[in-house]
Order: sequence, then C-alpha cells, then structure tokens
Amino acid sequence: MRLFKFIAINLFFYALLKAPGLLAGKPIPSSVITMYMFFIVVTVLLVMTITDEGANELFAPLRSLLEDPSRSLARNILFVLLPIGAALSVYYSAAEPAPPFELRSAHPAPPGAVRAYGKAYELDGLENPLRPLEREDPAAFKEMVREGGEVYFRNCLFCHGAKLDGRGHYAHAMDPLPMPFTGSDTIAQLKESYLFWRIVRGGPGLPREGGPNISAMPAWEDELTEEEVWKVILFIYDYTGNRPRSWKD
Amino acid sequence: MPLPMKKGPPGNALSSPALIIGILFLAASALFPSESYGSAYAPAPLLGPGDYPSVKGLSPRLAVWLAAQMHVWFAAFVLAVPIFVVILEFIGVVKKDARYDRVAYEFLRVSITAFSLTAITGGMLLGALIVFYPGLMRYLASIFGPTAIFYALFFLLETAALYTYYYGWKRMAEGRSKLLHLAVGLGLNISGTGLMFVANAWVTFMMTPSGVDGAGVFSGNLWEAVNNHLWSPMNLHRFIANIAYGGSIVGAYAAYRFLGASNEEERAHYDWMGYTASLIAIGALLPLPFAGYWLTAEIYAFSQQMGITLMGGVFAWLFIIQAVIIGALFLAANYYLWCGFGRGAYGDAYIKYVKYIALVVAASFLVWFTPHTLILTPSEARAIGGQYHPYLGPLGLMPAKNTAVNMMLLFTFLSFILYRRAHRRPVAAWVKYWNALQAGLFTAAVANISFLGVYYGYFTNTVYKVASSVPQVATTLFVIVACLVIEWLMGRGGKREDFKWGRMPERSQYALILIAVSFTWLMGLMGFVRSAIRQHWHVYSIMKDASAEAFTPSIAYAAKVVSTGTIVFLAIVVFIFWLGGMGQGSEAGKDG
Repeated sequence: MRLFKFIAINLFFYALLKAPGLLAGKPIPSSVITMYMFFIVVTVLLVMTITDEGANELFAPLRSLLEDPSRSLARNILFVLLPIGAALSVYYSAAEPAPPFELRSAHPAPPGAVRAYGKAYELDGLENPLRPLEREDPAAFKEMVREGGEVYFRNCLFCHGAKLDGRGHYAHAMDPLPMPFTGSDTIAQLKESYLFWRIVRGGPGLPREGGPNISAMPAWEDELTEEEVWKVILFIYDYTGNRPRSWKD
Repeated sequence: MPLPMKKGPPGNALSSPALIIGILFLAASALFPSESYGSAYAPAPLLGPGDYPSVKGLSPRLAVWLAAQMHVWFAAFVLAVPIFVVILEFIGVVKKDARYDRVAYEFLRVSITAFSLTAITGGMLLGALIVFYPGLMRYLASIFGPTAIFYALFFLLETAALYTYYYGWKRMAEGRSKLLHLAVGLGLNISGTGLMFVANAWVTFMMTPSGVDGAGVFSGNLWEAVNNHLWSPMNLHRFIANIAYGGSIVGAYAAYRFLGASNEEERAHYDWMGYTASLIAIGALLPLPFAGYWLTAEIYAFSQQMGITLMGGVFAWLFIIQAVIIGALFLAANYYLWCGFGRGAYGDAYIKYVKYIALVVAASFLVWFTPHTLILTPSEARAIGGQYHPYLGPLGLMPAKNTAVNMMLLFTFLSFILYRRAHRRPVAAWVKYWNALQAGLFTAAVANISFLGVYYGYFTNTVYKVASSVPQVATTLFVIVACLVIEWLMGRGGKREDFKWGRMPERSQYALILIAVSFTWLMGLMGFVRSAIRQHWHVYSIMKDASAEAFTPSIAYAAKVVSTGTIVFLAIVVFIFWLGGMGQGSEAGKDG
C-alpha cells in the first residue's frame, strides 16, 4: 500500500510537469523534468522513510518480491521484463536521433570595452546619453523614443517582431531565435550599455565563451549612427514597459 | 551518554610542515627584489609564453589548482574547528556540563592531523606558484611583500596557540587556568582568522585590484590594495562557510563512528556529537547565502563583465549545479532533523507535519535550481518559441531564487522548532496563544517574502528588484529570532524529557555524510568559478596571463578536476578519521 502511494505521488507530479506541454503546447523541457523528477522522487522517499516502520512498510513488497521463495515466478518475470524495458528505452531514444543539446549562453558577458564609430567605449559605467532627457525634458525624450521607434520598425522589426516579442517575419527561419524584449526576464535584467554593445557589434562581436554563438544579428555599427542606436534602446525599453538596470543597482 | 574523556594527545601533531612553510616564505622573500618596496613601483609586467617555466608532462595550472584546492579544504576545516571548539568549551564552563568539554576536545583531536596537512598543502601551493608563475608572484610580492611578515607572524602564533591549547587541555582544566586555556583558544582563532585574511588580500586583489593604476603601478598604499572590493565580503563569506564546513566534517566523523559503534554508549555519544556538529553546520549555513549575495553583488559592482560571466554567461551552468548541491544540503539537513523526532518522547506527534514542510522545501528547491536559459532540444525550442520558457522563465531570475532560498530557510527552521518540541511539552495555559502567534508570524513572513519577491521582483524596475532582497532576508531573520524567543518563553516550566541519544536510524547518518560531501564538492566548484571569472587575467584588467593555459577550461574538464580533488580530499579525510579512531583506541588502552 505504501509503495503504491509512493508510485502514485510521483506519477502525480510527473503528470503535473507534463501538463503544460500536453494542454498548452508549451512543454517543460525534458532536461528540466529529469532534474525535477529526480529530486521529487528523492524527497518523497525521504518523507516516507523517516521512521523505521515507514521504511519497512515501503520496502516490504520489494523485499518480499526479491526474497520470498513462494514468489519466484513473479521474480523471474520481473528479471526478464527489466532488461527488456531498458533495451526498449535505449532503442526508442536511439531510433529518432536528435541533435545534441547546446549549452549556449543567451546573455554572454560583454567585454570591458568595445571599439565602434572610431572610438573606444568603456562599457563599465557607460550610460545612455539620451536617458537624462527623461527627467530633464520629457517632451524631447518622447520625441527621442518616437524616433527610436522609427529606427526599430525600419530595421529590427523583421526579426524581433512588431510586438517586440521575438516573433518577426524571419524569426522562424533562425536558430537561435531572435530575443524577445517583452517580459521581465530579458532586457529588464540588463544595462543599456549591454544593449549598445549587442547592437553595434551584433553576432560577429560575441565572445567565444558560452558558444556556439551562431547569432544572425548584424553588427549595426555599419547601418545605424551612434545616436540612432541609443534612441532605439530608449524605444524598446519604453515600448515594453521595462526599465534598464542602472549602475546603482 | 557520551563516552568518558580520553587522556593525552595522540603523538606529535605538528612537526616539520611548520618549518617547511617558514623556509618557503623566506625563499620567496629572497626571490623578490627589494626595490619593489621602495618609492618607485613598476607597472605590471607584460609576460610572454617564455616567462612560464614548464615541466614535461605536468600541467602548471592543474598543479596549482589542485594544490590550492586541497589547501583551502584543509584550511577551512582547521580554521573552523577551533571556533566551535572554543564555543563548546565556553558553554561547558558556563553550564558546568563536562559533556561539552569532552566533545570539544574530541573535535580538536579529530582535526589535529589536518593542521599538518594544511601546512603541507600550503607549502605545495606556494612552491607550485613560485615555480610555475614566477612573474605573477614577483608582481604580487612587490605590492603585498610586507603582508608576508603578518602571514608568518600569524602562522607562528597559531602554531604556538594550537600546541598550548591542545596539549594543555588536561593541565589547564580547572579554575583560572581553565579561563587561561579559553583565552589561548581565542588566540588560536584570532591568529588563524588573521592568517586567512592576509591570504584573502592576495586572492581578492587578483580579482578586484585596487591601489594600482590602469598599468598596474602600485600607489604605495598597501591598505588600499588589501582592502579591495572583495576583501571584506570574501573574509565574511569564508569565515561563515568555514564554520559550516568544519561542522559538516565533524558531523561526518560522528556519523562514521556511529555506524561503526560497538555498543549503545558509543552510539549515544556519537549521535550527540553528530547532532551538535550538524547544528553548528546548519546554523552557519543559514546566513551563508546572504554573505554570498554580498560577495556576488560586489563582483558585479566592480565589473559587469565578471558579474555576467559569473551568473549569466558561461559559468551560469555551474551555478545551477551549485543550486542543486545546496538544495541537496537543505534536504539532507531536514531529513536528519525529521529522523531526530524519534529521539524525543513527543516526536511522533510532529511527524504528520513533515510532508507539508517537505513540499515547501522541495518546491523552493526546484525554483532555486531552475535555469533561466534552458537546455532545449530543437523541437522544444520551437514549441516554446525561444530560450526562455513562458512559465519557467520567471523562475530563473534572482527574485524567484531569493524568495525560494528564504522559504527554504524558514521551513528548515520550522523543522528545527518541531525537533526541539519533540522532547518538550509546554504546560502553561497560554501556550495556545504563543502557538497562534508563531503560526501568525510564519504566515505573515511567507506572505511578505512572496509579495516582495513577486511584486518588486517582476512588476517594478531593477532598483527595487535588487533592493527587495534585503527586507526578505530581514523577514526571515526576524521570524527566526522571534520564534526562538517565543519557544524559550513557552519552554519555561514545561515538561522536558531527555533526548534518547542513539535512537536514530542508521540511514539518517548518511544524511550527515552527504552534507559533508556536498560542502566539499560545493567549495571546489564555486572556488573554481570565483577564480575562473578572471578569465585570461592573472590580475583582472591589470596583468594578463600569457601562459599556454590561459584559457577557460570546459565545464566538463573543470567538473572532472573538482570531482577528482573532492574524492582525493575525502579519501584523506576518511584516513584521518581512521587515524582518529586508532588514537582513541590507544588512549583507551592507556586508560585501561
């Protein structure tokens, strides 16, 4: 009974983890499910073995199956089924080969300094020169944001999307997918200097760490002026309702 | 009941290693030119591949890495043990309870071999650095040379204090001489901690140099170089972590002896010892995440590049492993406490709550190690529409982690409260009000921590996001202190049955061993990460590493090195445990 309870509790949590994929089409990655389930099983096991009575009751059916002479038939069936199950598992995992996982860093570390527009920018401490307008001259700031929007819709829209959600026209042909700017877990975590670096240097400017960096992002230094880059940064923060991380954080 | 105290120390604990390290220091001083200490300082040297001596078939980086790691593990152990040995001795004096004195002495006896090994591995590290990285050592000594005097002084003081403290335990057991003995123990701790602070200055300078200009020219202000960005947070983090680590190793020793105990008396003694050591380890573990948070915040404040490399870049995956190991630590600690309910007369009444605590601890644990950037198959990436999962993505951010760790701490503390109640029964009429107050405090704390994490973490800008972690921590600490006070008030005049030491299932002892293994592995892993975020710099942004091995190794390689080091270190620790048992056996023979 206790063993049944143990299996049922774990199956319940497994079903819970599979539900987003089955019901909403947003599967929890198998790598995460494996990690989660390992610790769920361990936790349930710990809770059920606090007392000697609990531990004995939990393992009694297994002990009986393995040791009771009267259950030799069930034992032999189990010893046949286990390797067959393992073999089938290996067969099916190998039958549809998948490309290996990529431990790519979505936010690789920026360099200390970057060269662009014929000068060197120290990224540590670099601020958006247009940001102070937000406080000092709101009307001018609004205009900068509007102009940044024009830059965005002329250049960035095709990959990052009209809603800045990373679902532009070309997005589905790319791997890795373009970064969404919406939500609180991408640009809201970054300083504006980081975005400046990513925009002006693009995919070719990514460091080797955390590769493979096969980003299709162009180096916009050749297409946009420095001011346009800072304006478009204002726009994407403004449009998504995010605030950039500041150097005081 | 604990075993009777054994007499006399086992053999000569400290010997030639003290001399070895002293000689190495003198040799190191002789190598470095004296003009470095004058008024004009040279910039950091531009090294080339030819500046790094090589030995065929030996990787200099690996040699230094393993020597440093071994030294840090042993040093952490021998710095920690005297801290709680003195505390236990003090409690024994105040409470007039000889059990504390006995167990304190046994703690010290277990650690004594490790002092020699700390000195030996320290000598190996210094030797490897001088041989393989002479340019770096010459530059560091040109700035920190005078601190070597303090290092040597602290070392000598520590050695003298250790000898006096250990060998004088029996002779200074009564009256004023006992107080003098305690003072010697305090001196041992001060000198040991001072030693660590000096070493930390060198290490942290390499990460966040100060007192030098962009070319590495020293300003001449030694204090500025010592008191760099990371020095204080590193000192605090290592100090607390050492206590936790020392507690865990002694706990593992007690578990080892418990599992091999030949009679009930021995079993009871080592059960009590394991409990005391694990309590110290877990007690020190509670503030550790906050000290780590300060350390990381300072790294980020010093350099965005280092900060992102650490937690958002290539090393983020190692942080996930770190989270897994820390979570395993919490689970093991809770399991040990839950099993301990059986020691008390009233413990059975609290077992029914365990599943709820486990649910919260496990759920927090899963949030704690959920990665932000997921490992995805191409089909999963297509279905999700990017690297970030719409439901799991927010769990990968710091506000979720901060919330989770506070919950884990709160509910681990709840396990401890229930464990304490397993042998007490308050009888006062107003107990139900105190209980209600405690329940209210816990509920309010959970609500407050969740609100701070969710609202400020996801619906405000980053200034509030980062700042909200402080009131979260304050909430947790407040509840811990308030509930302890309430427990004390409730316990007055109540019924109290002694714990039945030794009444623990054997499987609970593996939790103690797991805690020690996890701590060791964790230290190796995060020590590598902390050091490796300098990337190709000896001294970050000041002095480049031009050796052939100036590249960041793959995660797999690092994991192999750290894991191999962990296995070797723990094998030596088991050997020390075995020696400890032998020593005890021979002492018992003398007694008999």
